[in-house]
Amino acid sequence: MADYKPNEMMTIAAARALRNNDVCFVGIGMPSAAANLARLTHAPDITLIYESGTIATKPDVLPLSIGDGELCETALTTTTVVEMFRYWLQGGRMTVGFLGGAQIDRFANLNTTVVGDYDKPKVRLPGGGGAPEIASACGEIFIIMSQSPRAFAAKLDFITSMGHGEGGDHRARLGLKTKGPTKLITDLCVFEPDPVSKEMTVTSIHPGVTQEEIKAQTGWPVRFAATLAETPTPTANELQVLRDLHARTARAHGSA
Amino acid sequence: MPRFLSLAEAVEDCVRDGDTVAMEGFTHLIPYAAGHEVIRQQRRRLTLIKMTPDLLYDQLIGMGCAEKLVFSWGGNPGVGSLHRLRDAVENGWPHPLAIEEHSHAAMANAYEAGAAGLPCAIFRGYIGVELPKVNPRIKHITCPFTGEQLAAVPAHRPDVAIVHALRADRAGNVLLEGIVGVQKEVVLASKRSIVTVEEIVEDFGPRSFNAVILPAWTVGAIVKVPGGAYPSYAQGYYKRDNAFYISWDKIARERETFLAWMKANVLEKGPEAFAQYARRANAA
Repeated sequence: MADYKPNEMMTIAAARALRNNDVCFVGIGMPSAAANLARLTHAPDITLIYESGTIATKPDVLPLSIGDGELCETALTTTTVVEMFRYWLQGGRMTVGFLGGAQIDRFANLNTTVVGDYDKPKVRLPGGGGAPEIASACGEIFIIMSQSPRAFAAKLDFITSMGHGEGGDHRARLGLKTKGPTKLITDLCVFEPDPVSKEMTVTSIHPGVTQEEIKAQTGWPVRFAATLAETPTPTANELQVLRDLHARTARAHGSA
Repeated sequence: MPRFLSLAEAVEDCVRDGDTVAMEGFTHLIPYAAGHEVIRQQRRRLTLIKMTPDLLYDQLIGMGCAEKLVFSWGGNPGVGSLHRLRDAVENGWPHPLAIEEHSHAAMANAYEAGAAGLPCAIFRGYIGVELPKVNPRIKHITCPFTGEQLAAVPAHRPDVAIVHALRADRAGNVLLEGIVGVQKEVVLASKRSIVTVEEIVEDFGPRSFNAVILPAWTVGAIVKVPGGAYPSYAQGYYKRDNAFYISWDKIARERETFLAWMKANVLEKGPEAFAQYARRANAA
């Protein structure tokens, strides 16, 4: 099945990054779609955790909000929000955090706070929510975002959550023992950090996408790895499961 | 022992102009009916605290009730912006809104510290990020045992907590189930509290030994408002109306459509209007 949309390729590539034994702190929106696709395909035993306190949840439809009843009803257990952030996230029990964002820079720092000046914002974005501590406390971070020159910015107006900071050993200098962003999955390609500089570098390009397209949609001079892979095309099963999930979700939310 | 009041009496009695008010509910159990009563009674200059301001605070801000917002994520989840919040922050409409912005971890910890009677909350957070640069109430403290730098924020001690819960019994004990969020912490952290409930029962009956209960002597006022969390939800009673959350984007985008909606659905209605949502769900 070769007929698929760039967004579907992105979600499927993101889902593949998750492993069956991961304990994943799931952000709402595209991360949630990817995490549940992983659970419904190659990672049936993955533990999905949402900040509303739901542990090992198995929603049949994607939640619109981070605390839909569906998450609680299908969870192993539901904790208070205080306990979620103190014991489970801060306690270092997540192997991976899955985030999205409005703006990202080449070191995978994220901005979801403001466009423009903080005190006189051009656009007031929702803010960080759980992201600042997810980004520091989870074992590693996966990020899923559609590419555009505005979203992939040379300089962020605000650092809401830390990726690799200024690059190099910046995280270690701040006392962080977690890895930070190890994968950035977009609608065009997959980035991974350079082992030394920590700059996000293209390591895999989705089928049919050119380096020129990636450069045009990135607001900084984008680096490509010496050895570039081609992202495997979505399988028929991956596409079917993803489309069924989205169709069930649209029906459930009354937006079909 | 809490007082069993009407919603109008409870808000009249507990919420004053200039108060710091926390109407909590993490997606679940957001106290819409009570918030609408605050709007109808035209409370002004409120400092509103909530981790996720949601549509309810969009409505309070757009109707001019708030002077300051303390929050950690101000959007319409899965949909987009809170347009009234944005209009207040970006354009000062209907009047300027001061903001004090935190992360979820900080807010949750601040409620817990408030409930625990502590002056501040300490946690490992805000590492390598810029919120501490724009929020002077985010400080750091050195662990006296290990030397680790930890983040510190003041405890939340609201004047009033307003939450929705599932049931109260005749003695005034309150039961919560499902995504319980910070409901217990915010009531214990606040000087006064209003708890709206789906129903008042003789006895809670069989329940888990560890059910989340607010004992009667910790609760200020109880008001029975069936459907009172709509379009949020009450676990086991009715579901979140996600279609309404999606439609709010269009309603709130322009000032005129927002004001018309508020007039027809809040100013000219009362708490009894919420019962239809509880009934509709029961019939479904």
